[in-house]
Amino acid sequence: MPAAEGSHLAENVMHFARVLRTAGMPVGTHQVLAALDALNYAGIGRREDFYWTLASVFVDRREQRELFDQAFHMFWRDPDLLGRIMHMMLPKVEGLPAERDKTHHRLQEAFGRGAPEAPQLEQQPEQEIEIDAFLSFSSRELLQQMDFESMTTAELAAAKRLLAHLRLPLREVRTRRLAPDARGRRIDRRATLKAAIAAQGDVIPLRRATPRSVPPPLVVLVDISGSMSRHARMFLHFVHALANDLNSARRRVSVLLFGTRLTSISRELRQRDVDVALDRVSARVRDWAGGTRIGACLHDFNRLWSRRLLGQNACVLLLSDGLDREGGEGLAAEMERLHKSCRQLIWLNPLLRYDGFEARAAGIVAMRPHVDLFLPAHNLDSLADLGRVLALPPAMRRLEPRAA
Amino acid sequence: MPQTIDELQQRLAGADYIASRGLATAAFLALRMGRPLLLEGEAGTGKTEIAKVLAATLGRQLIRLQCYEGLDLASAVYEWNYPRQMIEIRLAEATGKATREQLAADIFAERFLIRRPLLQALEGDPAAPPVLLIDELDRTDEPFEAYLLEVLSDFQVSIPELGTIKAATPPVVILTSNRTREIHDAVKRRCLYHWVDYPDAARELEIVRRKAPGAAERLTREIVGFVQSLRGQDLFKLPGVAETIDWTRALMELDRIRLDPETINDTLGVLLKYQDDIARIKGSEAASILAQVQAELAVGS
Repeated sequence: MPAAEGSHLAENVMHFARVLRTAGMPVGTHQVLAALDALNYAGIGRREDFYWTLASVFVDRREQRELFDQAFHMFWRDPDLLGRIMHMMLPKVEGLPAERDKTHHRLQEAFGRGAPEAPQLEQQPEQEIEIDAFLSFSSRELLQQMDFESMTTAELAAAKRLLAHLRLPLREVRTRRLAPDARGRRIDRRATLKAAIAAQGDVIPLRRATPRSVPPPLVVLVDISGSMSRHARMFLHFVHALANDLNSARRRVSVLLFGTRLTSISRELRQRDVDVALDRVSARVRDWAGGTRIGACLHDFNRLWSRRLLGQNACVLLLSDGLDREGGEGLAAEMERLHKSCRQLIWLNPLLRYDGFEARAAGIVAMRPHVDLFLPAHNLDSLADLGRVLALPPAMRRLEPRAA
Repeated sequence: MPQTIDELQQRLAGADYIASRGLATAAFLALRMGRPLLLEGEAGTGKTEIAKVLAATLGRQLIRLQCYEGLDLASAVYEWNYPRQMIEIRLAEATGKATREQLAADIFAERFLIRRPLLQALEGDPAAPPVLLIDELDRTDEPFEAYLLEVLSDFQVSIPELGTIKAATPPVVILTSNRTREIHDAVKRRCLYHWVDYPDAARELEIVRRKAPGAAERLTREIVGFVQSLRGQDLFKLPGVAETIDWTRALMELDRIRLDPETINDTLGVLLKYQDDIARIKGSEAASILAQVQAELAVGS
């Protein structure tokens, strides 16, 4: 790079950072400053060094590398060119259809100006007719976006109630850290010593502690195929509430959707407003209400995600009806692997609507032996129903034996 | 302290560590800017090794903190020597002179402090600060990560009974992660980041030549070709450089000078660690990969 450009370097690095930010990488001012600092040391004599210097500062996760690579080569060949392109793209990016105000339901309600009368109820008869269509799965991959109704105040309240009472049937993990406990089995030596000093050495009162247990990290796999689409909205509300639950702020929750392909939406769900979060999810996921390839998706999960998400005793909550387009091919092996890599596998199946239902679909038969806890849900139309299913006392649940 | 990236790369190579330009740049910047370096990558790509080699080439002490779930203050930073303190209390009681305040001051003195890796790293030689390797950070839990923030940003730890201990010269900090979970953004923000990738064929060949010097040239080439081709397969766990080196050494022990399908089938367990992967590659798949590799080598030479 010619020396004459040195004076513009800081400016260009800043512009480059802005390009990265517009492209979706979270680049902050501190990183721009760090980059300039780093360039002082590494120099700009070689293009390759320049590349890796900026990379070490701007990139902080594996999946950003490709984006960075492209942006780098476009920007530093001809900064103006990219600037012009970005400029042309910007209005479009900002003007995407998602501009509709999703909070408007709640706002309208708040101002008492005729809230839209319960949209779910209206749809009821329509659903009755379409159930058969829902249950048959299409064999082609449907690429379509989902448009969710925004949440009403009543639903928000219901979600809060649900979470307040929700006790997921997960076994807690005992950690190696201790918490004070008068009846604990272990002796807290530090506290004991302090107590001994307070007693001035006459007696040494024992202070006790017990290992602390924490809820395990949770991975939620949500089936969003056609047969499940009538539950999709509710499930997403549920997982959003789970992921943003203040009471268990220390629990890690990862959420992946699968239909014909696997999409991680943990980042999108971190948005606290449920409607904005679902908007982002909807924009991200391309295979709403399409066919189901449970086996293939679980294979992808096992290969690409399980090592990243299932460490530290994670539990898996699988929300799926088990209807598989590929007739359960390879499903048993993938389920077995999933089961063996997590601490506990819970399957919530909303399909089984009738008491006398027997699992005959190939997918269900293949998956059943590999779950720790099988929760059939008969009438799952609201968050309250879901809460009821998950909150049943353990004795009432059918505990499935581990696969022999 | 190396002055240029080239110099660092050469010095690492002198200690048999063949770093890519990207890794060398990141390490160079970490040294010069005094920032921690976060290395992520698959297992067996040399993340831990570079910390060891850096310490050796710079003539620094290596302090290693192996992370595990539930790692706590007592094993990472410091612990009081309780038995000795108890004896001290008994002695004070026997002489019957010490007041309560005096006793507390005596008990929590530095001579009763057991220093664990983090504290050792902060109290290292100021002229040649140690290399602190925090290995497999992803194995710990979030509370420990949060604690680490204080250490990484200010290079100091607070001990309630003693006060704050601050490093005179910050140590060189290298953190590694196998990405079994995502490291928190706040930690990442304080670090330089580099994703350690599998090496390309040329670099892997160079690494194997240095790490297993006695192997026949032909064998080495075939091994590297085979492993590189395996990494293109749909496997649950791809073999890392460490596995390539192990495999080369294993084949040397068996006195092989070139690969053949039978040997591959017998020794595949050195390279692949999952039964599904082994079953997939063993037999015809391995034979066809080998044939392809040998054909490419024949064209190349």
